[in-house]
Amino acid sequence: MRAMDLARFNFQVMVGHRFRTIMLMIALIIGVAAVNLLTGLGEGARLFVLGEFSFLGKNTLIIMPGKKETTGGMPPITGEAPRDLTLEDMRALTRLSAINRTAPLIAGMAELSYQSRLRESFVVGTTHDFFAIRKLSLLQGRALPPGDPTFADAVCVLGQTLKRELFGPEPALGQWVRAGDRRFRVIGILEGKGVAMGLNFDEAMLIPVASAQMLFNQEGLFRVFAEVRSERELTPTRNAILSIIKERHDGEEDITLITQDALLSSFDEILRTLTLAVGGIAGISLAVAGVLIMNVMLISVSQRTAEIGLLKALGASAATVRRLFLSEALLLAIIGSLIGLLISESLLAAGRLLYNQIPLGSPVWVKVAAVGVAIVTALLFAYLPARKAAALAPVEALTHKQGP
Amino acid sequence: MSVANRSSSSPSQLKSAEPVVALHEINRHFQLGEQTVKALDAVSLELLAGDYVSVMGPSGSGKSTLLNILGLLDRPDAGAYLLNGAPTQDLSEEKRARLRQQNIGFVFQSYHLIPRMSARENIELPLILAGTAPKERARMVSEMLERLGLTARASHLPNQLSGGQRQRVAIGRAIIMKPKLLLADEPTGNLDTQSGADVVTLLEELNTQGITLVVVTHDVELGKRARRQLRMVDGRIQSDLRQSDVSD
Repeated sequence: MRAMDLARFNFQVMVGHRFRTIMLMIALIIGVAAVNLLTGLGEGARLFVLGEFSFLGKNTLIIMPGKKETTGGMPPITGEAPRDLTLEDMRALTRLSAINRTAPLIAGMAELSYQSRLRESFVVGTTHDFFAIRKLSLLQGRALPPGDPTFADAVCVLGQTLKRELFGPEPALGQWVRAGDRRFRVIGILEGKGVAMGLNFDEAMLIPVASAQMLFNQEGLFRVFAEVRSERELTPTRNAILSIIKERHDGEEDITLITQDALLSSFDEILRTLTLAVGGIAGISLAVAGVLIMNVMLISVSQRTAEIGLLKALGASAATVRRLFLSEALLLAIIGSLIGLLISESLLAAGRLLYNQIPLGSPVWVKVAAVGVAIVTALLFAYLPARKAAALAPVEALTHKQGP
Repeated sequence: MSVANRSSSSPSQLKSAEPVVALHEINRHFQLGEQTVKALDAVSLELLAGDYVSVMGPSGSGKSTLLNILGLLDRPDAGAYLLNGAPTQDLSEEKRARLRQQNIGFVFQSYHLIPRMSARENIELPLILAGTAPKERARMVSEMLERLGLTARASHLPNQLSGGQRQRVAIGRAIIMKPKLLLADEPTGNLDTQSGADVVTLLEELNTQGITLVVVTHDVELGKRARRQLRMVDGRIQSDLRQSDVSD
C-alpha cells in the first residue's frame, strides 16, 4: 500500500469517526501543550532569576570577610571574621597585575530626609569603580568621583525610586539630603535596574566608602569586588588574593572568595531540576493519553472487525492491517501534537506580551521531545490493538455480519 | 450469452484442463464445548477453469466452511489444497493473503462495502491494497464502473445505493484484480427478485468470460442454474451433479 493511500485511508477513517478522533486528539493536545507550556514557564522563570542575579561580569571575584569550613552551600552572608577586611587590604590587591579594578562595599540602613520628607533607606558605601563593575548606569548627573577611597566626600547618588520618594517631580541634582547626622549633595540619579540579590538599588543611596565608614562607624568592609582581566586568570588570581590577605591577616586565611558563576550555578541547577520535574509531571499526561489511545483503539478494532476481515479477504496481509492501525495512531499523534505545540506556543507568546520581562519559552529540544514522546507513546499503545487486528482470522472477522 | 449452449459442451471441453482448485481429504473441525463438530469431513473436490458450481445444503452442513477454505480465509486441520497446482495449506499468512489478492474474488450476502467510501473507492480498494499506481487505478475503476453501469453512481456512498447496486459494486470490487476464482456466498440473499436476477446475470456473464464461479446458496432456483451442483450434508459432499447428468 502506498504511503499516500495509507494517509488518505486513515484520513477517511478519522473523519468517519469524528468523535473518537477528536477525543484522542484532545488528549494528545493537552499532553503536548502541558509539557511545552510548563517547561516554557519554568525555563522563563529560570532565565528571569538568572538575569536578575547576573549583575556582575563573569570575571568578577567577590571577597567576603570570614571563612566557612564547609564545601558547597551558600557562602556566609555576614562577616564573622575576627579581622576586618579593610580598604588597605583592597589597596594591596590592586597591585596584582591581573586585577583590572576593585570596589569596596559597606551597606546599612539610615534615615534619610529632604525637607519634610523622611525615608528609612538602604545606604551603600563604595567607590567610582563600583559603577563599572556593577554595570550601573546613570539617568542624570555623574557617578561617585574617582580618586582616593579614604577621602570622605559629602556627595551621593540616588536610586530612581528613592529620588522620586524624596523629591517627587522636583529636580534633585545639587540638593542636600540628610543621612543621620551628615549631609550629602546629590550628584547623580541611577537608571532603574530592578532588584538584584536582595539589593534594590532603585531604593538605595550610594555614598563614598569613607563617608559610609563614618556614617555607620564601622571600619570593616562588607564586600570587596575584584574584576579580573580575563576568565583565564581567574584561578591564579584567586590564589594570589588569598595569599596576600593571609599575609596581611597574620597568616590566617579568614576570607571567602566566590565567583558569580559559582553562585549562579547552584541556582541554575535548582531551577533546571524544578523545570524538568514539572515537565516530567506534564509528561505523565502524555502517558495517560497513550492509555486512552490504546483503549479507544481496542474498541475501534472490535467495531471494525468486519472491515478488517474484508480487507484481509481483499488481500491485505497481517502486516498491512497492522500498518493501517499504527499509521492511524501516528497520524493522530502528529496532528494532535502539532496543534498542542501551536496552542502552547501561542499561550507562551501571549504571556511574553503580558509580562515582557520574563522570557517565557521552552527550549527547542523540549518541543522536539514532547512531539517525539507523543508519537512514540501513540505508536507504543496502538501496537497492542494493531496486533490484535492483524491477528484476526479473516473468517471470524467476516462472520460479524455488519455494514450495508 | 447462452447458458444452455455452453453447459452442454463445456464439461467435456474442460475435462482435460488443469484444475484451478484441488482439495484432497480436507478436514475442518470445530470444538463446541465437549463436542467436536466436523464442519468438513474428508472433503475432496476438483474445480476446473471456467466451472460454474453451486453448493447447497442445510444450515450447518459445511457450505460456508468450504467456501472459507476455498477462499484461503480459513485453514484446514488436515488435507491438501492445491491452488493452480501449488499447495497452499502450509503457506504463511502473508503468502496466503497475496494468493487471495491475486486469484480469488469474494461476493458476500451482506455486500461488506465500507460505508465511509464511495462506490468508486470501494471498487478501488483491492488495487490500493495491492499498491497499483493511482493513474492505472483510475482507468481500471472507470472501466469497471462503465461495465457495471454504475458510472453515474460512482461518487455515491453505499447507503445511497439500492441493494442491487451495492451488490454490483461488491462484484466490481471482487473482480477488479481479475481473479480466476470468484466465490459468492448467498449473493442474492438480501435482494428482491429483479435485482437478484440482474446480479445472477452479471455473475454468469463473468463465468462465460472464463472465471471459475462458486455460488453457495439456499436458493434452489439459483442453485439449479449452475452446471455443476454440489450438495453438502454434515460436512460431506453428498452429491456432485453435472448439468449434463441432470438434463440428459
